[in-house]
Parts: sequence; C-alpha cells; structure tokens
Amino acid sequence: MITLEHAYIATGLMFAAFSILSLRDPLNPTRFRSASFWGLIAVSLLFGSWLGGFGNGLLVITLVVIGATGKLGVGKPATTSPAQRQVSAARWKNALFVPALMVPLVAVGGTLLAKHTPAGAWLISPVQTTLISLGLGCVVALVAAMVWFRPPVMAPVQEGRRLMDSIGWAALLPQMLASLGAVFLAADVGQVVGDLIARVIPMTSAFLAVFAYCAGMALFTIIMGNAFAAFPVMTAAIGLPIVVHQFGGDPAIVCAIGMLAGFCGTLMTPMAANFNVVPANLLELPDRNSPLNGVIRAQIPTAAIMLVANMLLMYFLAFRY
Amino acid sequence: MLVLLGILIVVAGFVARINPLVVILIAAIATGVLAAVGPGVDAQGLLAAGIDTISRFGQAFNDNRYFHITWLVLPVIGLLERAGLQERARDLVTRVKAATAGRLMLIYLLVRQATSALGLTSLGGHPQMVRPLIAPMAEGAAETRHGPLTDKARFRIRGMAAGTDNIGLFFGEDIFIAIGSIVLIVGFLEQAGIRVEALHVSLWAIPTAIVAFMVHGVRLLMFDRQVKKDMAVADVAEDVEASQ
Repeated sequence: MITLEHAYIATGLMFAAFSILSLRDPLNPTRFRSASFWGLIAVSLLFGSWLGGFGNGLLVITLVVIGATGKLGVGKPATTSPAQRQVSAARWKNALFVPALMVPLVAVGGTLLAKHTPAGAWLISPVQTTLISLGLGCVVALVAAMVWFRPPVMAPVQEGRRLMDSIGWAALLPQMLASLGAVFLAADVGQVVGDLIARVIPMTSAFLAVFAYCAGMALFTIIMGNAFAAFPVMTAAIGLPIVVHQFGGDPAIVCAIGMLAGFCGTLMTPMAANFNVVPANLLELPDRNSPLNGVIRAQIPTAAIMLVANMLLMYFLAFRY
Repeated sequence: MLVLLGILIVVAGFVARINPLVVILIAAIATGVLAAVGPGVDAQGLLAAGIDTISRFGQAFNDNRYFHITWLVLPVIGLLERAGLQERARDLVTRVKAATAGRLMLIYLLVRQATSALGLTSLGGHPQMVRPLIAPMAEGAAETRHGPLTDKARFRIRGMAAGTDNIGLFFGEDIFIAIGSIVLIVGFLEQAGIRVEALHVSLWAIPTAIVAFMVHGVRLLMFDRQVKKDMAVADVAEDVEASQ
C-alpha cells in the first residue's frame, strides 16, 4: 500500500537531488547555502519521524538561520532558450498539455478509487489520500513526459531546481505558519483574542452580533493565516453564545457563512503563505516580499465586498430559516 | 494577555519586512515563554518553557511536512516548460479572436468554482495550473489585443490569475460536503451538543458562492480596461536596473 511516508520519501529524494545539483552549480552565487537549505529539507522529509520534537526544533532553527541570514541564490541549470521553446512548442503542439493534465486527473481519480473501490483502497492509504494521489500523479506524469519528449535524463531535476530556486525560502513558510499555529493553540492565544473582540464590540442587537462574529472571523484569520484556526475560537466566543443562543440564529447557517467570512480574511493576508505568497514567487512578481504583494492586492476588492456580503447574508438568512 | 505579544511580533515583523521565517520562529518562542510567566516562575522555569516550545514547534513542523508533497509537481512542470508548454498555451489563445485576459479568467473562475464544489479541488492550483497555463494564456490574450505588454500590465495579469484561482477555490469548495471546513463545522457543533447534517451546512455555502461569482466576475469583465490603462505606464524598472 502507498502511504504518506512513501510520498515523503519521494519528495525527500527530490530535495536531496536539488541539494546535490545546487552544490555542483558554480553559477549559483550561494551554492553552499542553497545546498544546505534544500539538503536539510530532504533530511526532514526522509528522517523527520526519528528526530523527535526537540531534534526537529533544532533542525528548524538551523533552516531558519540558513534561509534568513543571507540571500538564497538562484542557480543556473541548463535549460532551453525562448527560441528553442517556440520550435519545440510548434513540434509537440497539444501533446504538451497531456502530462500537465495527467497530474490532476490521477490525483482526483486515485482519491475516488481509494474511497470507493476495494482495489483502490488496497493500493492507496486512507490517510491523506488526496495528497498521496497527487504525488502519484506527479510521478506518472513525469514518466509519461520523459518517454514522450525524450529530454536529457537529468532535465526533470534541473528544471525542478530552477522552479524551486524561484520559490526560495517561501517554500518553508506554510509549514512554519502551521507550526506557529500549534504554539498559539497551546498558549490559548485564540481565547484571549476572542474575549477581547467580544469586549470591544457591544453586541446589543442581532446585526451587531453578526457584524462582530464575521469581522472577528476575518480579522483573526488575517492574523493566523487560516480560517480553520479562527473558526473554533470565534464561534465559541461569539457565534454560538450570542448569534445562535441569544438571538436565535440557525447554527448551520451561522457556521457555514461564518467560515466563508473567515475565507475573506485568508484572501487578504500574507500569513496565508501557500495561497498568497508562494504564487507570488512562482509567478516571479517583483513585489513578492511585500506584505501586500500583487496577488493579495488583486484579491482585496473581492474579499472586502464578500465580507460585507457575508454579513448581510448571515443577517437576512440565519434568523429566517 | 501577555501571549498577545506573539501576535504583535508577527505583525511588526511583517510590516518591518524582516524575513518571515525569523519572525515566526521568534514569535513562537516568545509566545511559549510568555504563556509560562506567572507568580513563582523563575528563570529556570522560563528556560524549560522555551525548550518545551522548541520541541512543540519541531513536532508540529514534522507533522506538517505534507505541504512539501505539492512540490513534486515542479519537475513535471519544469520539463514541460522546457519543451514549450507556456508558448503553446499562449499560441492557442491568440487564435481565439474573442479571447481577452478578463474573459479567459472568467471562464477559469467558473470552472474552478464548479469543480471545487464537486470536491475536485486538486484540478486547479498555482504550480499545476496558474503558472504553466492560466497566466501565460491570459498574458497571450492581452498581448494579441494590446501588443507587447508593459511590466505593470504583465504583473497585474499574473496577480489576478493567482487571485482568481484562490477565489474560485475558496467560494466553491464549501459546497462539497466532505471538505475539511464542513467536517470541522459539523464536528465543532456536535461537541457543543448541536446536531446538524453536513449537507445542510454545505447547502448554505451556495448563496455566498453565487454572490462571489457575480462580484469577482464583474471585476474580471472590467479587468481588460485596467490592463489597457496599465499599458500606458512605460517600464521604469528596466531603466533602474540598467543604471545600477
């Protein structure tokens, strides 16, 4: 059976290859720094389960020191020129899309098979099925692309390293923020924030209560970068006791729309790194390191309007149905 | 109240543009240590709290390694880019006369929202879809209409492409009953002694989904005008780079 651990091994080996190739790339201005950064991520993926909490903590501290004390350079792996790509695009035409579409198709197909057929359940572990299937899709698509287009053997690792270098230390950000969330949870930060908001906004009418709950969800999500972290806190502090119990809102409607109000916060914060910062790096935006990068600025108008829309929807629907 | 300093560190760090990795690590350790502050706690107790926090952070870091699995797509995407995937995507779009950056992203918004609502969230995403396909297609469509793009127009299109993927995902996925957020809501309410059906919760995500499609859709239809305006702003970044 393919489990999450296998996906970690595949990913770890890929990072180990990035590390070795970075070390051997004389054109990368910081090749030792880059090689140790990607190398330590490989160590975490391959051996993290044996390092224990404190060992992993030391690993993180080392990673942060390496990734933050200086720039991570961008290597110069051998790739094709724009002119060569035009020629190649004209040659392969739409065949180029097939491997790209195989990734999501295998990811979705694998997930469905694992959930609904005995053979699929035998092949793919029920824990984190979608991620395992996604990894499987990447491997299948890679094999297909290698057989079809016959690039040099090292091309996938070199091209992968090219993209990984363009993401740089931001690759670590989602994982770091999730870990910060765990520390916040243990320190009961959520409860303190929830109480604070409940004290600042006087909830004397149903509308003010809805306003406080939705604004609190968005605000706390902006701070935490994750609506899932905000939801239990805000719903326990305001949603359930006041909007539902005191003013009689329908719990399913209040929670469903409250969660979506949180998503508006996700669209407005650099703390939601995997949605807002990683793509800015992937798309090589010049302002990728600014707290309000191009992706977030594109999202803010929609997010702000949707936050107001969610407040109105909750107010008009939750007390009626 | 002391633990709120951790949040303050995060916000101040982001505003001061200190490397976020450092900011997060310091905020985590500070929060863990400050949570232990109280009457009768000496320096040794605080040191122990600091070590505990490092362990807890390390454990959580290890538990969250699964973020990295998505990077497995990079070798495939890189390989296809090497073979001309972005160029092909661009060529394909330039042949459709009616295509504009805004209309193209409007179609993508609809597809992304609809497939997410069916639980097919992994059909989109930034490394798989936006960088190799959606952004080059939108840039190609704008180029056919306005000529070679200025940097301002190009980066605005890319930002909007990434944002459209997020918006389609966020306001679509909650309609699917087996998604994480619905599971969380049902579980949370059950612990509070309230029984709700997952289907009932996900149904109430539909009004927001419709409004989101209309709001972002209108913005996308007006987007081409924005691009046209950006085309009037000449590239200054290149001159700056050249003079350095």
